[in-house]
Amino acid sequence: MTIGKNIPRVDAFDKVTGRAKYADDLVPTGTLIAKVLHSTIANGLVKKIDTSKAKQVPGVIEVFTCFDVPDIVFPTAGHPWSTNIANHDIADRKLLNTRVRYYGDDIAVVVAENELTATEALKLIEVEYEEYTPLLTIEDAMNGDALHEEYPNNILASTKYNVGGVSFEEALENNDVKIFEDEFEVPTVQHCFMENPNSYAYMESGKIVVVTSTQIPHIVRRVIGQALDIPWGQVRVIKPYIGGGFGAKQDVLYEPLNAWVSKMLGGKCVKLELTREEGFINTRVRHAMKIHIKSAVSENGRLIARKVKMFSNQGGYASHGHSVVAGAAHVVKQLYQDEVATDVEFTTVFTNLPVAGAMRGYGVPQITFALEAHMENVAKEMNFDNIELRKINMIKEGFVDPLNSIPSLTNELDQCIEIGAKHLNFREKHKKYSNQEGHIRKGVGCAIFSYKTGVYPISLETASCRMILNQDGSIQVQVGATEIGQGADTVFTQMAAEITGITYDKVYIMSAQDTDVTPYDSGAYASRQTYVSGHAVKKCGLELKQKILDYANYLKESEIAVDIKENHVLDKDGNKIIHVSEVALESFYHRENSKHIAAEATHHCDTNTISHGTTFVEIEVDLKLGLVKILDIINVHDSGTIINPKTALGQVHGGMSMGIAYALSEELLFNPKTGEAYNGDLLGYKIPTSLDSPDISCKFVEKYDPSGPFGNKALGEPPTVPVAPAIRNALFNATGIKYNQIPLTPERIFNKVKDKGLI
Amino acid sequence: MIEIIKCKINGRDQEIAIDPRESLTDMLRNKLGLTSVKKGCEVGECGACTVLIDGKSYNSCIYLASWAKDKSIITVEGLTSENGELSPVQKAFIDESAVQCGFCTPGLLLTATEIVNSGQKYTREELRTLISGHLCRCTGYENILNAVEKALNQEN
Ligand code: FES
Ligand code: FES
Repeated sequence: MTIGKNIPRVDAFDKVTGRAKYADDLVPTGTLIAKVLHSTIANGLVKKIDTSKAKQVPGVIEVFTCFDVPDIVFPTAGHPWSTNIANHDIADRKLLNTRVRYYGDDIAVVVAENELTATEALKLIEVEYEEYTPLLTIEDAMNGDALHEEYPNNILASTKYNVGGVSFEEALENNDVKIFEDEFEVPTVQHCFMENPNSYAYMESGKIVVVTSTQIPHIVRRVIGQALDIPWGQVRVIKPYIGGGFGAKQDVLYEPLNAWVSKMLGGKCVKLELTREEGFINTRVRHAMKIHIKSAVSENGRLIARKVKMFSNQGGYASHGHSVVAGAAHVVKQLYQDEVATDVEFTTVFTNLPVAGAMRGYGVPQITFALEAHMENVAKEMNFDNIELRKINMIKEGFVDPLNSIPSLTNELDQCIEIGAKHLNFREKHKKYSNQEGHIRKGVGCAIFSYKTGVYPISLETASCRMILNQDGSIQVQVGATEIGQGADTVFTQMAAEITGITYDKVYIMSAQDTDVTPYDSGAYASRQTYVSGHAVKKCGLELKQKILDYANYLKESEIAVDIKENHVLDKDGNKIIHVSEVALESFYHRENSKHIAAEATHHCDTNTISHGTTFVEIEVDLKLGLVKILDIINVHDSGTIINPKTALGQVHGGMSMGIAYALSEELLFNPKTGEAYNGDLLGYKIPTSLDSPDISCKFVEKYDPSGPFGNKALGEPPTVPVAPAIRNALFNATGIKYNQIPLTPERIFNKVKDKGLI
Repeated sequence: MIEIIKCKINGRDQEIAIDPRESLTDMLRNKLGLTSVKKGCEVGECGACTVLIDGKSYNSCIYLASWAKDKSIITVEGLTSENGELSPVQKAFIDESAVQCGFCTPGLLLTATEIVNSGQKYTREELRTLISGHLCRCTGYENILNAVEKALNQEN
């Protein structure tokens, strides 16, 4: 049994010895360097670009501008392609753009012999713009001229759904309810993976090869094909180790431009690496949102109806488009069920800010902040127990989403809550902290979440795996799914060992993906890999095992081989018949019947299931300084079976750390006149350091989910989701003040405390 | 512009032709292929490029290659013993699952090595301060601190 064991990460040795190679570690000597020129206005048109001075700099090879690129718009979202045109992602940008849509848009590219020359040459390019007023807020954008002609009022999409068949207003008739209303605001934040996006491209054997730091190599291949209008088979994408992604690398970033530049230079090797500052502005950000919630609650605490209205700030290009706010909106009913009606309306608006895309949790941290802060407000105003209020209304095991049919097949939320509450002695402390004096106060808070594992049936879910038996009885495993730091390769290794009966020390997983070699998988996103790609590994493992058994039977001229355990082929009574290495060697070199045993399987996934969990937190706040200190924080997760407890814990730690910073410190700020970022670097933008990070606790409530390959369900993204509302609710407990906007910076905390006369 | 400097890299004497404008990071990565030295910002904010210079950790991205003259520099490639055995710090990082994407790891290993080599005892809070020059986005620092504590307790 390797499932559930703390097998050390398969990549840990290479990573602690510096042998793990990331894209930039592989760049061949003599590679040319490309640097992008970014617009210095947020909204407008490039009228003219003078590159003559830049071209004269010794060492500059070529300068391309937005007037040179092919007239092709392409999509960038890391979604699987659809053969149905109605489901295509929005194609709205060219390799370089004449129509500038955010401060920092890509308008030209310099290629030079080295980085210094390229950077110097960039400064010599002269640009003439026709400038329009930047539309930075949702309100301004909806009242301004369209950034993309096809989208009047800058509305990318606006959608509604209703559950219950009656409207919110109708639901109030004949019901004795109290109405509660809140408006929430969540900020633009950035992923801040430690490895900046970078790639290099060259031509070989008539193909364009791009080595890149991406979560989605197979999608990058397709989009390069589309952007350059070349057959997809002429593109080869290689993904080595990558230094984090968190969703920003679930978009196709500069790979198409890099490929095109190489092609324009006759296939010479060209590298395109972003600086940290570009990483903030020119990749993707998490959507800032405004969320309005109105709920009608009966005297006994039952949600009778809710009306939720959301506006999502998309920035200049569509990227994942409307699907992020849609992902958020559909959680409203997956967390709590209203007795009569749920009315949700959600709108995505283009603005002149950096482009928003996928980020760990895909809209769900945003909506969960609002839903869980609102629930706390309701509990307080009704003088209702805050845990009870949640328990009365939250979805239960067997829930099936009335609109998209995603089920909660297993649901241990109740137990997660009890473990979290007990850990903090929550109920008692919550009462005690409700009435405090003085400027140093304590508070406890909690929040719950629901999170779907994969994207079925909203989008296609497909994954594949290949296994090859080596002469010594070990196996090679190739998957299209990507290791991005989350530990995927390790759990796939465990799964392969579990299924084939070959011990994990003899399972070699290929960590790099090469679209010419590794089979298709959409990539690392959602929390799909251990679930969707895990099924592919399981299916492939079963096939391989059967082939080994068949060959063993051929060798033994019998039908006695029925199982493999610990590298031995066994009969039905568990007796060892032959070692797998012997079968393997014979199969390679048998004089009458050589057979190279391999298997390949695709899992077309048509299931999904919901993960659950909770954060409980105790804080101390200094009202005079507006400073929050976390005293104790715990996440309790119901993610089904945990494949590898240690790597799973690591995921929770990192996710919670992101959640803490979402609550307290992270916000990308923009000059309201120009749209230029104020703090687009690691000094001004506050991701947590070790000094800002408290010790983190985590527990799992494990229940086998029947739809998971090994009883497992989502874990990668969920840890981030409930943290911010729990911290906010703890501050509410400490101060009695409703903070409906994050991050809870000292300034924000102090201002309200002062307004309310607490100090 | 070319300048020749002599220094010791991972225990070996080297003579290297450098551009006096280049950073130690670029020299180590580009001239010597020591790609464990990572670049996360190149302005001294993240700690990914940390190396040991005469036993002390520095951000090599804001340290000129020419300053390395006559100095002894250790990168992660130099932590492993001649026969390939991992150092106690490297082992602790594996045992405590302190590695995820691995991009911050080399820098942290070197600062942790400096801490362990100091021969001093530190509380967890002091360790938080000592490693605070390293940004890690994957781990929340929990397991990294566990690993540093473990290596420290074993050695001292
Ligand atoms: S790369 Fe040197 S500190 Fe970030
Ligand atoms: S392990 Fe990814 S940044 Fe630290």
